[in-house]
Amino acid sequence: MTTFPIDKIRADFPILAEKIRNKPLVYLDSGASCQKPNAVIDSISHVYRHEYANIHRGVHTLSVRATDKFEAAREKVRGFINAASTKEIIFVRGATEAINLIAQTYGKANIKSGDEIVITAMEHHSNIVPWQMLCEQTGAVLKVAPMNTKGELIFDELSALLNDKTRLVAVAHMSNALGTINPVEKIIAAAHALNIPVMLDGAQAIPHIAVDMQALDCDFYVFSGHKLYGPSGIGVLYGKQALLEAMPPYQGGGDMIKTVSFEKSTYAGLPHKFEAGTPSIADVIGLGAAIDYLNEIGMANIAAYEAELLAYSTQQAKQIKGLRIIGEAEDKGAILSFVLDKIHPHDIGTMLDSLGIAIRAGHHCAMPVMDFYGVPATARASFAMYNTKAEIDVLMDGIKSLIEVFG
Amino acid sequence: MFEDLRELYQEVIFDHNRNPRNFRVMADANRKVEGFNPLCGDRLTLYLKMDGDKIADASFQGSGCAISTASVSLMTEIIKGKTETEADALFKIFHEMTTGKDEQINLEAVGKLAVLAGVREYPARVKCATLAWHTLDAALKNEQKSISTE
Ligand SMILES: Cc1ncc(COP(=O)(O)O)c(C=O)c1O
Repeated sequence: MTTFPIDKIRADFPILAEKIRNKPLVYLDSGASCQKPNAVIDSISHVYRHEYANIHRGVHTLSVRATDKFEAAREKVRGFINAASTKEIIFVRGATEAINLIAQTYGKANIKSGDEIVITAMEHHSNIVPWQMLCEQTGAVLKVAPMNTKGELIFDELSALLNDKTRLVAVAHMSNALGTINPVEKIIAAAHALNIPVMLDGAQAIPHIAVDMQALDCDFYVFSGHKLYGPSGIGVLYGKQALLEAMPPYQGGGDMIKTVSFEKSTYAGLPHKFEAGTPSIADVIGLGAAIDYLNEIGMANIAAYEAELLAYSTQQAKQIKGLRIIGEAEDKGAILSFVLDKIHPHDIGTMLDSLGIAIRAGHHCAMPVMDFYGVPATARASFAMYNTKAEIDVLMDGIKSLIEVFG
Repeated sequence: MFEDLRELYQEVIFDHNRNPRNFRVMADANRKVEGFNPLCGDRLTLYLKMDGDKIADASFQGSGCAISTASVSLMTEIIKGKTETEADALFKIFHEMTTGKDEQINLEAVGKLAVLAGVREYPARVKCATLAWHTLDAALKNEQKSISTE
């Protein structure tokens, strides 16, 4: 890496100047949600000040202006993930809603009793529960591909689960509890060899890794705007056009119809078929602003910088006696999950908070991962492009001091 | 370094966390209830030996944070020898002390438990302190099941 503009980036995120308990904020919880740059904050307030009206409905100027901005954001998302068409970009509330949408439309239409859905042992609850609900509704069976103690998917075991009853493989691109980046190219190739579609949960991967839908060739990809430096309440479902065309709608209402009569309604084309009701207009535009911001910095630069942060934090953490890193995959994103001997993660969280350090302590919506490691919870520092090595030093000093205090 | 936390993490709490009292399975318990805090994964099993309406013995097993471990450890100490009514009254004061708005709680009435009064400033940690007492409440009502803080 040559010169990553870290000072400029930090200055772009006003909240980073906040004092927490009289200490400078050290925000290491971006895996739960990212902070927002001025570009995003300003774009949202600009919408409400100058461009706001409902979209796709009015002949008046403001409505046209809002619609143009909204659709321009869709094009930005398309470009960001290199989808073939904006018809393949569906705005939803977040990764969770996207997965539920797939389960209840694609799933209900294509998955029957005795069919199988394959996930992995490291999924977020939002990529477990919607499938369990579908299985309960249809009599399908959920199969779970195991991982090794480093927190890596055992690819051969996943492969062995695929058969002529498998209707879908749904896998995290990157694990939120462990940081593991899964070998998604290999998974897609193996599944496609048997004509099985693949859904990737990109909620964690999207802010760290450049993705290319056409190169990856996955069938569905989902993510949330709030983990991509954008607003909360907005997310994206990418689906291959042919699949989306064939899927029944999710919710009925305004905007998703072509014609309505009391006898029968016909549905709008893509992407509107899946966007019933007034969406989070300003937030979609804000997500577009986040993408512009990221493109300016460059995802490759971000990935290289974050890799350095992860390597540095890992190396520092390993020097601390009594600290055990949870999740040591070869291919890993900027997440450091750990436990301390005889000190509960919640105590770690409260103690670090008193030093201005925000980490997450808990099960990270991945209770099966906690069970696998035999811990009730972990402490997790997750890094973003605005973090620094100096902040990692503050974290490590904090950990060392709290170990001392606990004695 | 952790000056701000002195109210929350008093020495007594560290002590009970390091050496929890009554930390054992009770073979001849006649009440046994599991408490679970799904938010943080804390789990405890509370054992009581009732002699009429008197708590003749109390013990626990499980894992949790320092606050929840100290809370249950202190609780088992303080409820031994108390009647159901007395224990229930303590529960009410404890609940008021940790969650109430009232500044004027009678700390004398809770004795040693007063060290947990600090959690009221930490809403995210209140459940850690109250899990033990909700579990006790269920045990006294003879609900032989698991209870959860959520
Ligand atoms: C891997 C993963 N999948 C899905 C989600 C759910 O995202 P959201 O809550 O934004 O819908 C998260 C969020 O924590 C996640 O980390």
